[in-house]
Amino acid sequence: MSIENTEVLLKVEGISKSFGGKRILKDVSLSLNKGDLKVLIGPSGGGKSTLLQCINLLITPDKGKIFLNNRDVSFNKKKDVLALRQQIGMIFQDFNLFDHLTALDNVSIALRKVKKMSKKDAYIRAQMELERVGLGDKLHHYPAELSGGQKQRVSIARALAMDPLLLLLDEPTSALDPELISEVLTVIRELSNSGMTMLMATHQMGFVKSLAQEILFMENGRIIEHDTPENLLNKSKVRTRTQDFCSKLL
Amino acid sequence: MTYPFEVVISSLPYVLGGAMVTIGIVVGAMALGLFIGIPLALIQVYGNRLIKYVADVYVWFFRGVPVLVLLFLFYFGLFSLIDLNITAFWAAVLVLGLRGGAYQSQIFRGSILSIPDGQLKAAEALGMTNWQGIVYIILPQAIRIALPGWSNEYSIVLKDSAIAFVLGTSEIMSRTHFVASRTYEQLPMYICAGCIYFVLTWIGVFFLRRFENKLKIPGYST
Ligand SMILES: Nc1ncnc2c1ncn2[C@@H]1O[C@H](COP(=O)(O)OP(=O)(O)OP(=O)(O)O)[C@@H](O)[C@H]1O
Ligand SMILES: [Mg+2]
Repeated sequence: MSIENTEVLLKVEGISKSFGGKRILKDVSLSLNKGDLKVLIGPSGGGKSTLLQCINLLITPDKGKIFLNNRDVSFNKKKDVLALRQQIGMIFQDFNLFDHLTALDNVSIALRKVKKMSKKDAYIRAQMELERVGLGDKLHHYPAELSGGQKQRVSIARALAMDPLLLLLDEPTSALDPELISEVLTVIRELSNSGMTMLMATHQMGFVKSLAQEILFMENGRIIEHDTPENLLNKSKVRTRTQDFCSKLL
Repeated sequence: MTYPFEVVISSLPYVLGGAMVTIGIVVGAMALGLFIGIPLALIQVYGNRLIKYVADVYVWFFRGVPVLVLLFLFYFGLFSLIDLNITAFWAAVLVLGLRGGAYQSQIFRGSILSIPDGQLKAAEALGMTNWQGIVYIILPQAIRIALPGWSNEYSIVLKDSAIAFVLGTSEIMSRTHFVASRTYEQLPMYICAGCIYFVLTWIGVFFLRRFENKLKIPGYST
């Protein structure tokens, strides 16, 4: 057990969150080892986005604990919160690129303003990240001049430039036209293969089956099933809730 | 007997000198309005309830009272009450600027609110403070979006500045009035004044429009 513990990168314990008296997250726990790719699936409104945003404290949980690299993060110390967010990259469903900045500036601005890198160093790093996601020829394009898939890849480059310990991805392909999904999934697959730790809300089941270590099935603010894709989707003797849900996809 | 035209020509340098004063009032008032309007807008969007309330009261007051009343209230009332000894020029700048701040805050509030809030979230997710997100992400976009409204506000303040003549500021209107009442050439003189305001309005709007196009984000249509 202690050997396993050294591998744990993120541990979430008993997170609860209510909005206006309505309980959206109910005592949610999970953990990620270094290099894990775990996926959150489940019906709309189940709390996946809320959970992901609680993990990097964009939403402050009402209750619970978050350990990053075994360090207990306190939710109301501003310094802790900012440090945590620097170490966790976040990818949003609708990209949230900065509309007034080129791809290069989108990726470099946090390097300059948060990591206080010089403009030159920040550009070098940003260019490297954009090349890594296949956008070396779009450095000076503004978001409005990019396709959805390209925007999402810029946002991945933007997160990676900060050298995060892990990435949270909130349905990164669900705002994309079908033919653009694969270019983004390819980037995510390469990241996973290179050892990046990721927690991702997605309903791309092909991707989930081939790559995820674990499915966390979320409904009504709880993780009600969690196991390997194989066990949840194929092997189990009783019909799982996850199977039920997935049979209705597409 | 002189032709009306001659009065206009011979008094033109004097009246145009008043245009410099008018420009001074407008530039001062727009700058002060910007200085007040942006923070007010930020307070109205991001502030806590108490400070928001203070901002609201400020805006209600300056939007609710006629500019002529404001000028008298401040210049003859408030400023002498607090022993503030300023010239009519600076009084006009101050009053139009304070009032402009209230109007400009509404322009900027609208443009801040029109930016998808996910961008601020993304900035914070990268480790920026809330303040950094506002300064580097929200404001640069909000200012661009606000420019057409701001240019409209300029055209209003420019024309409202004519009312400063009641304080005896020697801008276009008061110089025109002076010449017109001396020479009895009312019609040509006020036509002349109207033309100067007209030209100043559209020159300003033209340059603000060019500025707007220069700052335009490629591929982005608004
Ligand atoms: N800021 C908020 N204020 C009030 N209610 C909220 C807020 N954010 C989320 N909720 C509610 O919390 C519930 C869970 O929302 P959440 O976005 O986390 O679900 P989700 O699993 O991500 O759904 P989807 O698959 O549609 O993205 C929803 O009922 C939503 O209306
Ligand atoms: Mg969601």
